[in-house]
Amino acid sequence: MLRFIAQRLLLLPVLLFLFSVVVFILVEAPPGDFLTSYMATLASGGSSIETEQLEALKQQFGLDQPIHIQYLRWMESLSKGDLGLSLEYQRPNIDLIGERLWLTIALALFAFFITWIIAIPAGIYSATHQNSLLDYVLTVLNYIGVATPNFLLALILMWVAYAQFNVSITGLFSSDYIQAPWSVARVIDLLQHIWLPAIVLGIGGTARLTRIMRANLLDELHKPYVVTARAKGLSEWKVVLKYPVRLAINPLVSTIGWYLPQLFSGSLIVATVMSLQNVGPLLLRALTQQDMYLAGSILLIYCFLTIIGTLISDVLLAIVDPRIRMEGA
Amino acid sequence: MNNSTPILSVRDLKVHFPLDEGTVKAVDGVTFDVYAGQVFGIVGESGCGKSVTMKAVLRIVEPPGKIVAGEIILRRSVAGANGSQMDDLINLTALDASGRVMRSIRGAEIALIPQEPMASFSPVHTIGDQIIEAIMLHQAVNQREARKIALQMLKDVGIPIPDQRLDEYSWQLSGGLRQRAIIAMALSCNPRVLIADEPTTAVDVTTQAQVLRLLRRLQQDRNAAIIFITHDLGVIAQMADYVMVMYLGLVMEQGPVDEIFHAPKHPYTQALLRSIPTITMTPRENLPTITGSIPHPFNKPRGCPFHPRCEKSIAGKCDQAVPPLRRIGANQMVSCFLYE
Repeated sequence: MLRFIAQRLLLLPVLLFLFSVVVFILVEAPPGDFLTSYMATLASGGSSIETEQLEALKQQFGLDQPIHIQYLRWMESLSKGDLGLSLEYQRPNIDLIGERLWLTIALALFAFFITWIIAIPAGIYSATHQNSLLDYVLTVLNYIGVATPNFLLALILMWVAYAQFNVSITGLFSSDYIQAPWSVARVIDLLQHIWLPAIVLGIGGTARLTRIMRANLLDELHKPYVVTARAKGLSEWKVVLKYPVRLAINPLVSTIGWYLPQLFSGSLIVATVMSLQNVGPLLLRALTQQDMYLAGSILLIYCFLTIIGTLISDVLLAIVDPRIRMEGA
Repeated sequence: MNNSTPILSVRDLKVHFPLDEGTVKAVDGVTFDVYAGQVFGIVGESGCGKSVTMKAVLRIVEPPGKIVAGEIILRRSVAGANGSQMDDLINLTALDASGRVMRSIRGAEIALIPQEPMASFSPVHTIGDQIIEAIMLHQAVNQREARKIALQMLKDVGIPIPDQRLDEYSWQLSGGLRQRAIIAMALSCNPRVLIADEPTTAVDVTTQAQVLRLLRRLQQDRNAAIIFITHDLGVIAQMADYVMVMYLGLVMEQGPVDEIFHAPKHPYTQALLRSIPTITMTPRENLPTITGSIPHPFNKPRGCPFHPRCEKSIAGKCDQAVPPLRRIGANQMVSCFLYE
């Protein structure tokens, strides 16, 4: 087990290097660079910039260098743990990401718990009461949940709230607290706002997870070991919870690690639509403004977390399933 | 309690499965008695209702299956007013299948050795966990005492290094050991009726012989009744005292093992016995088979279910009504119009 983890960790730098190349090529791929979009922004505002000034900026950001030099310079600072400076905000990327990170994590955790707390019991109920009325109701709801894009749901909820109740439900804070320093009141304000985006973000996953849980459990419910457990004289819910549910959840546990990158990234489209101050919109803006080091940093952290998340998934699966744990032993 | 009164009496049991395509009458009027100390064999082809009958006795028939008629009477002794043992008759069909009383009987008084030892243990719980759970469910012992009992059970069924096996998972055990562990679990609460549902179909012949000997010995030690389900007539001949032959949810014939094998009365039993290969047969000789195949459960033939395949069927009679089960010897009963 430890050897397995060590092997995977050794592979990590290699994978990260490959990802960094791909990420860099991708953020470099659009025509032009940050200065072209910067100039376009200025021009649309009616002002312009001197050529000498432009050249100076170019040199300052290293945009005059060939692309492989730019990559190497980025790698050099990355290897020192420096994510670089945002071209647009003129601030260290690490600060920009950092100040949005806690909100992103809080939101993702809320969505995660909503998903599991609803999906697992709903899936168990649906499977154990297969073809009952409530099972049908849940199945229909799941179809709708899976089929509805969450940004559309966000738009609909915002419209309903605004049109019917005249309340704006965007953002994670009321206007008083957006810029305010952290305080108990700000946290309470956050809690009052966070549940709706969390539900929007969680609803698709809830529907998918419910369906998977139902299908997995239906597969397990008719296995001989369930008959054995029942024949012991265990009560029905103990039989179901201890044996088939345990086996049905196992494959799902392995997906928990995949939430890690989501914890960081936030949902880009929903966050933009609902103007949530998490990492998602930051990435979107960095990409449209060709703020390449900021975009590159976010994407690379995303890749890193994906690798770690997958590793965590594998470890979790080995912990819950002795068949996998003992395979190597 | 003596051995002359049945410990388990099943009377006209009917278990039906109402499906969209029609009702499957898996068990359609089965009557038998099982006595303490007896090995009661049930034979029949796949789908004849053997396993469903046993699931009904344990009240674990899976939905949509339902007991629609009949009684299952379990005799158990309870402490009488003056300290004496008294017989208490309890009708299992009248109990709530998931209720407390039924659950206290299931696993404790009537235990099951399930069909597939390979899949009958959960792969993610240790053998010990699953056996100890059964013990603690029915006996007032703590975890440590329960482990001791489980250990002794594994020893009793002849599992080497039981201490280590207790903490292993079922897939780490060989087929034979797994089968023994299953038997240990079923016996762990000293049941008075042990249902063995084809316990040896999944293991090789050597293991089969060992398992059968083991069951015999345990049964004699404990004076328990074993209901032994199989489609292997050789195993029945070796194990059973009394045999019941089933076909399509009905009892064709039942009687002491010697009568069934040496003086079978029902044409179905006779045909079954003819199809067993004997050591005196010449090589490459075709075995006699029963003509036709088992009818589909949705369109069971009218009358005696066996009449379309029966050589001796009486037109206008066998295809009209189901012959009642009638006594034709001291202990033998047959359901056939030939013996009216």
